[in-house]
Amino acid sequence: MAYKYRIEVTDVTLRDGMHAVRHQFSVEDARAIASALDSTGVALIEAAHGDGLGGSSVQYGFSKETEADYLQAVCGAVQNAQVVALLLPGIGTVEDLKRAVEYGIRGVRVATHSTEADISAQHIEEGRKLGLDVVGFLMMSHMTDVERLVEEAKKMASYGAHAVYIVDSAGAMLMDEVRRKVSALRNALPDDVQVGFHAHNNLGVSVANSIAAVEEGAYRIDASLGGLGAGAGNTPLEVFVAACEKYGIDTGVSLYPAMDAAEDVVRPRMHRPIITDRTALTLGYAGVYSSFLLHAQRAAEQFSVDVRDVLVELGNRRVVGGQEDMIVDVAYEIAHRQA
Amino acid sequence: MTKLTAAIVGSGNIGTDLMVKLQRSEWIEPRWMIGIDPESDGLRRAKNAGLEVSAEGLAAMLKAGVHPDIVFDATSAKAHVRHAKLLREAGIQAVDLTPAARGPYVIAAVNLQEHLESPNVNMVTCGGQATVPIVYAVSRVVGVSYAEIVATIASKSAGPGTRANIDEFTETTSRAIETIGKARRGKAIIILNPAEPPILMRDTIYCLMDDASEETRHKVLASIREMVSHVQTYVPGYRLNREPIFRDNLVSVSIEVEGLGDYLPVYAGNLDIMTAAAVKFAEEYAKHRAAVNQ
Repeated sequence: MAYKYRIEVTDVTLRDGMHAVRHQFSVEDARAIASALDSTGVALIEAAHGDGLGGSSVQYGFSKETEADYLQAVCGAVQNAQVVALLLPGIGTVEDLKRAVEYGIRGVRVATHSTEADISAQHIEEGRKLGLDVVGFLMMSHMTDVERLVEEAKKMASYGAHAVYIVDSAGAMLMDEVRRKVSALRNALPDDVQVGFHAHNNLGVSVANSIAAVEEGAYRIDASLGGLGAGAGNTPLEVFVAACEKYGIDTGVSLYPAMDAAEDVVRPRMHRPIITDRTALTLGYAGVYSSFLLHAQRAAEQFSVDVRDVLVELGNRRVVGGQEDMIVDVAYEIAHRQA
Repeated sequence: MTKLTAAIVGSGNIGTDLMVKLQRSEWIEPRWMIGIDPESDGLRRAKNAGLEVSAEGLAAMLKAGVHPDIVFDATSAKAHVRHAKLLREAGIQAVDLTPAARGPYVIAAVNLQEHLESPNVNMVTCGGQATVPIVYAVSRVVGVSYAEIVATIASKSAGPGTRANIDEFTETTSRAIETIGKARRGKAIIILNPAEPPILMRDTIYCLMDDASEETRHKVLASIREMVSHVQTYVPGYRLNREPIFRDNLVSVSIEVEGLGDYLPVYAGNLDIMTAAAVKFAEEYAKHRAAVNQ
């Protein structure tokens, strides 16, 4: 059949998926997943800690293995796909990026909160100097209006980003909002700057949102095997590919190998099923950063409070990605208010 | 007792806030403000406050024969490298509020007395001034194998300098956690939060302790409380958000810094703690010089 659209898929199983396994994949796990992914035809594979380079910490959880070990294993396991890393300025640094390039990465995705693009200038410019494929990643895009998102995306493009993403970190967006925000970026950015979309499935619409994004001109779409990712997970790669086939979108990904990789390689390695349970659903409902999920469950247990109360309060306070320390503070406060 | 004279280089948020604080000092008289933009709010305020202002830069001022006792540099790391040389040659005490770090790090609550004879001192970062005292409060009781700090500040309180060079914040603060906080390994994270109304500066400090016995925890708790009171003597809005939480070998401390609202509103506690620390150093330096001269 003739395709209506052609896109490029970035797989985030080994990066966003790390949140769902508390950053505890072994080098062996990483190698097996990377190799299975490579055979599916995905263009890009993102790997290392869930919070990107330098993310291994008390705040976000320590990785089982070092960044060097993960990235070298993944780079060594792939033949077709390019390996990329995530970098959150304020957590990771240009020095971390330079080291990752030595380990073999070919691209970097520089992520900031959706109103703070100017903290990415240094890292985007350095990524270009290093000859990398560079993406700007506007996290928590649901919190920011269209005009501001356009402004911030233009900044990232001006620093040299090859592509800028609308990132629904909280899985809080529905199709209309995705359409408005993606099309606004597509219209505002130069033709040679691609637009991307990253979803979380907290409201059960990650595949629908991703297809809406493609229709509005997004060229890069993120997905993960079995949806492994923070919160209720990301857009499940195999589901997305099947839906795209039916819809006339050429993803460059082969369906059966993607199904097999999800079923045989990733699902047995999951710590918990990737489902929209009440906690994950509350993330999407309250507009809270998806990687807060496991941290919030732990804090709720520690202080004997309802995890949903904690998440809703975090949403009310407009907490942004990276503020995991606020989870314990809020749980502590709720517990003391109830006492 | 005559006050020491001071010049402030840099008329941005930090420089302007510093000026307001120095005007209250019994030891320092801010007499000059040097910027690059004659139209800047900082220079205008300085002029209204009776300071001599110039948009020509530090070199021109020194050439014109102006010789302050102390120069506060609130420009950029790059500019400070030049300024440091000029000030050293002129024999003027430099207090560096940029991340250039030509001189030793000074965390006002911890090691101020050690560097009163250093011709150039560096004030680290706002996150460093707020969190290193807590790391030190733990490490003076028990060995700390690893300390990590997370500084969350209001977007509005992060100026263009900080934003363009955020790595300098994390790298400089990490080093100060190790060299002054005495953790064997340090890590710093900074988060900008754009919420309206702006949030107060908030810092979480995690320390992995070599021992977490009941007795150690007790001492650590007392040491942290004592340190908070100490910092409050020069930053009144510095306080614990909640009681420190112990979990296995980890202690997690959460603090909040409310500014005095001298230049930027109270949410910019990050600015306040930096400028208050610089003033504190300068006043101790002035007292030290007065004692030596007697």
